[in-house]
Amino acid sequence: MSYLVTVRVNGVEHTAHIEARLLLVNFLRDVLDLTGTHVGCDTSSCGACTVLVNGQAVKSCTVFAVQANGADVTTVEGLAKDGKFHPVQQAFWDEHGLQCGFCTPGMIMTTVALLKKNPSPTESEIRSGIRGTLCRCTGYNNIVKAVQAAAASGRMP
Amino acid sequence: MVTSDFEYLAPSTVAEASRLLSKYRGEAKLLAGGHSLIPLMKLRLAEPKYLIDISQVKGLSGIKDERSAIAIGAATTYAEIESSALIRRRFPILAEAAGQIADLQVRNRGTIGGSLAHADPAGDMPAVVLALGAELVALTARGTRTISVDRLNVDLLTTSLRPSEVLTTIRIPNLPARTGAAYKKFENKASHYAVVGVAAVVTMGAGGVCTGARIAVTGAGPKPVRAKRTERILIGKELTPSVIRRAASRAGAEIGDRFNDDIHASSEYRAHLTAVMAERAITEAAARAK
Ligand SMILES: Cc1cc2nc3c(=O)[nH]c(=O)nc-3n(C[C@H](O)[C@H](O)[C@H](O)COP(=O)(O)OP(=O)(O)OC[C@H]3O[C@@H](n4cnc5c(N)ncnc54)[C@H](O)[C@@H]3O)c2cc1C
Ligand code: FES
Ligand code: FES
Repeated sequence: MSYLVTVRVNGVEHTAHIEARLLLVNFLRDVLDLTGTHVGCDTSSCGACTVLVNGQAVKSCTVFAVQANGADVTTVEGLAKDGKFHPVQQAFWDEHGLQCGFCTPGMIMTTVALLKKNPSPTESEIRSGIRGTLCRCTGYNNIVKAVQAAAASGRMP
Repeated sequence: MVTSDFEYLAPSTVAEASRLLSKYRGEAKLLAGGHSLIPLMKLRLAEPKYLIDISQVKGLSGIKDERSAIAIGAATTYAEIESSALIRRRFPILAEAAGQIADLQVRNRGTIGGSLAHADPAGDMPAVVLALGAELVALTARGTRTISVDRLNVDLLTTSLRPSEVLTTIRIPNLPARTGAAYKKFENKASHYAVVGVAAVVTMGAGGVCTGARIAVTGAGPKPVRAKRTERILIGKELTPSVIRRAASRAGAEIGDRFNDDIHASSEYRAHLTAVMAERAITEAAARAK
């Protein structure tokens, strides 16, 4: 079955005919060509596919795109404004919160959601806040530092 | 992974959802948070022809104060439960347990009703709601039915909800005075599902003697169960550490030889964990009952 959906992604409205079974992550990557959102496990475990739907972090490999009809979606591509990094992106850059970068889009979106709920988390709140997003490279220490730096930046929107 | 194709239906009322469920009986499934169903569909262990999305249905989510109880809509997410001031004040065990489920992202989608209907043997909410003595309301095309939580769980992934019933409300009755509640789980480090979890609700009488106890165990066997042997040992006694330990050591009695045995834990280890988690949960509940 084909469905007509309209989804606002990073502030731009997109309308497309899609199959009901198309996952949100594939809608973003394959229909809209927004390949910043990654697919790691495809089994809701790794968080690489994390995006914001109506401001809430979700694993987009476990949501059908039709369920996002009418919703506001933010991906990593939507964070930078006027050529300037979002404070979370800047903090990951400054603190070297990545190595291969595969988990980074999901990690950054998870951090954006975490800091919105809890603007000055403790280290243990950070570690439990990001536990749904896995990194195989960094050992997490620099990621935690990056989250702390973003929280302390005073620039969070 | 790609699921089988299906027809997507997004009713706006519960009555409409239940009508669709009856109409496509056997071929349709409700879709709430999708965090149990979509993974199953990706593996093609479930191939519904129709998916009825209830996540947007009005009146199916949210938390209401009914004075003698609170009523939680079936499509209420864990994140909403975790952050509800009403729940934190009246039933902190629910917020505590919700906050231990999976991760931030999963808690934004997963719902209490989906968890109860799916009946994963390692689910958290089924045990907590069982210990709290909840009452469940289900709707069919013919009307509503109230189900005591004690009669909900039938077997592995099987509940007494009928295929055409929509679970609409989870009603948690007020607890008596001097009652404490706690949920303790030993979690799988990757998924955070319960390897074993125990929810304890304990009431203390004026004389310092336990007058009521509901203890529920999840993760250990095919379905969540009340540890009735443990409850009987606690009731009528002062809850000293040795009484609690002796009672907790019987928390696996109802599971008998049906302890789960899988890559996460052997049945022997689960039997051991059941006693340990029961002791921790009862100790904490008793401390809070004062
Ligand atoms: C990575 C990961 C980690 C997880 N960790 C945990 C954990 O630590 N603890 C835990 O308890 N769970 C965990 N879960 C499971 C999660 O809690 C699920 O979201 C939940 O069990 C199902 O709820 P849902 O709303 O997603 O249901 P869905 O997946 O939408 O539905 C599940 C089943 O219930 C039926 N259903 C849904 N709503 C109703 C209703 N109102 N009436 C009748 N039938 C209904 C559906 O038709 C379907 O058959 C985890 C899941 C994932 C993906
Ligand atoms: S790709 Fe979605 S959680 Fe791993
Ligand atoms: S930087 Fe490589 S997975 Fe995180």
